[in-house]
Amino acid sequence: MTDEYPIVRITDVSKSYHRGSYVVPVLSDITFDIARGEFLAIMGPSGSGKSTLLNLIAGIDRVDAGSITVGGQDITAMNETELALWRADNVGFIFQFYNLIPVLTAYENVELPLHLTGLSRAARREHVQTALAMVNLTERMDHYPSQLSGGEQQRVAIARAIVVDPAILVADEPTGDLDRASAHDVLDLMERLNTELGKTIIMVTHDPHAAERAHSMKHLEKGVFNSV
Amino acid sequence: MILPKMIMKNAFRRRVRTILTITAMGIAILAFGLLRTVLTAWYSAVDASSASRLVTRSSVSIIFPLPLAYHEKIGHVSGVSRVSYGSWFGGIYISEKNFFANFAVEPASYLDLYPEFVVPPGQKADFLRDRRGFIAGKKLADRFGWRLGDIVTLKGTIYPGDWDFVLRGIYTGLNRTVDETQFFFHWDYLNEGVRKAYPAMADEVGFFMIGVKDPNLSAEVAREIDAMFANSRAETLTESERAFIMGFISMSEAIVMVIRIVSLLVIVIILAVVANTMAMTTRERIGEYAVLKTLGYRGSHIGVIIMGEALLITLSGCLLGIAVTFPMVRFFTTELGQYFPVFFVEPLTIWLDFGVAILVGAAAAVIPTRQAVRIRIADGLRRIG
Repeated sequence: MTDEYPIVRITDVSKSYHRGSYVVPVLSDITFDIARGEFLAIMGPSGSGKSTLLNLIAGIDRVDAGSITVGGQDITAMNETELALWRADNVGFIFQFYNLIPVLTAYENVELPLHLTGLSRAARREHVQTALAMVNLTERMDHYPSQLSGGEQQRVAIARAIVVDPAILVADEPTGDLDRASAHDVLDLMERLNTELGKTIIMVTHDPHAAERAHSMKHLEKGVFNSV
Repeated sequence: MILPKMIMKNAFRRRVRTILTITAMGIAILAFGLLRTVLTAWYSAVDASSASRLVTRSSVSIIFPLPLAYHEKIGHVSGVSRVSYGSWFGGIYISEKNFFANFAVEPASYLDLYPEFVVPPGQKADFLRDRRGFIAGKKLADRFGWRLGDIVTLKGTIYPGDWDFVLRGIYTGLNRTVDETQFFFHWDYLNEGVRKAYPAMADEVGFFMIGVKDPNLSAEVAREIDAMFANSRAETLTESERAFIMGFISMSEAIVMVIRIVSLLVIVIILAVVANTMAMTTRERIGEYAVLKTLGYRGSHIGVIIMGEALLITLSGCLLGIAVTFPMVRFFTTELGQYFPVFFVEPLTIWLDFGVAILVGAAAAVIPTRQAVRIRIADGLRRIG
């Protein structure tokens, strides 16, 4: 399902954090491409910089040096407002702890990103119902997160991630808080999104079983890739 | 739009905390409203004063009388349309706790000068005819259950003895700033009694009320009156009715200042309470705000959510406070009527209540909004889990 033009191009990216007077380097001169339709797993020990790399690709953190181009757009040159608009249109997020808004129902959580589009109420409803049907949670659309299991909450989060039909899906430890069965379901779902809908998925994980589902894998250690 | 729904749902996520904050806001608005109403009551006589009325009294002090003979002379001053006169009687009805203002006045001219005291024509005629007659404000008559024809006895303090009066009329105010708790009777009746018991005090009055043809000429008329009695045994001080009343109020300026300061403190305290609530709320939800930002919501959206929640809380408290203010004012009117004869909630007070609620809500949300908007998404997401 890949084509010859990379959807993500990362060029000489470096990133460090300041801890008081200390500067802690996290990523050093990272350069690689992610092809359209790829399902990439990024693995590595804690503190290796994999979540930071994911955040940079998703436009929720800033590089110190280098550039990142997603779908032909240089996101490192965008200001905060432009980045927010870009994220709303182009990136779907799947988090370890689901990060649903507890006061909103499953339906309302999935609908959240659509409020930033110009879609009518009826069009939004159609999109939400389609997304919830894909994750097989139509029956539970009126339930609040606290009324759903961890696996169901993660499926709602996936529905929220895909409802705007983004160019890429980024997943940070998507199975990290799930039992084996639920993790299996979530990974099945992600695989389907990749194979059936051609979604580009970039997943950070500690879990080798999860990483096995990806089509390619990168190991990050101390801010650099040590093998592919 | 989803934001109003989130504001509503967020506001009542921690029900106990929100209800307590709303209650605190309601109490603050109640306190603010009552203090404002006390100030309104304090200045009600000033508001009710007329620009076309002057008051002449002794230049030494209000407690020193003036000769009745000044009446005719003042009447001849150019620009004067009508002159009345009167004295503070200071009578007590049964017991000192039944305090109300009572004056001996020249009735016909006094009622002409005060059209805001509305007396039914028949009752007015009866009052003018009967030298022992008196008129009372409706609130005063209601307070003691007086009916027309009742004989009321006041114990004189300045003019000793028991003085009997017959209720001939009950006046109502032309508007609600008019004091309906006063008692007016014939100055002639007082003077007759005084002449018999204390001849030296006869034919003296406490003040002259003067109607002027043109309020713009008031200062000139006042100067002319005072010049006329300069170097006499009873020099006069003539001033506008407003200045005359303000002179009394200025004696209690310190109390008014304390009331104003307490009003301000009430606002500062409730601001601290609401700001604390909003700070806790924002700290708890910083991860959710980071998620919203991740999804593409901007700082302005987050600001609307936090500001909206703060305003929802303060305005709910405001409505609660206003709802309680009216029955409380009614209660105070009943219980403290003798101290505050004109006690009502001004429309301005209600607008100020809303203004305070909006100000407190907005100010309390400023710092939490700033924190939520400025936090980096990655840092906010780390707070989850």
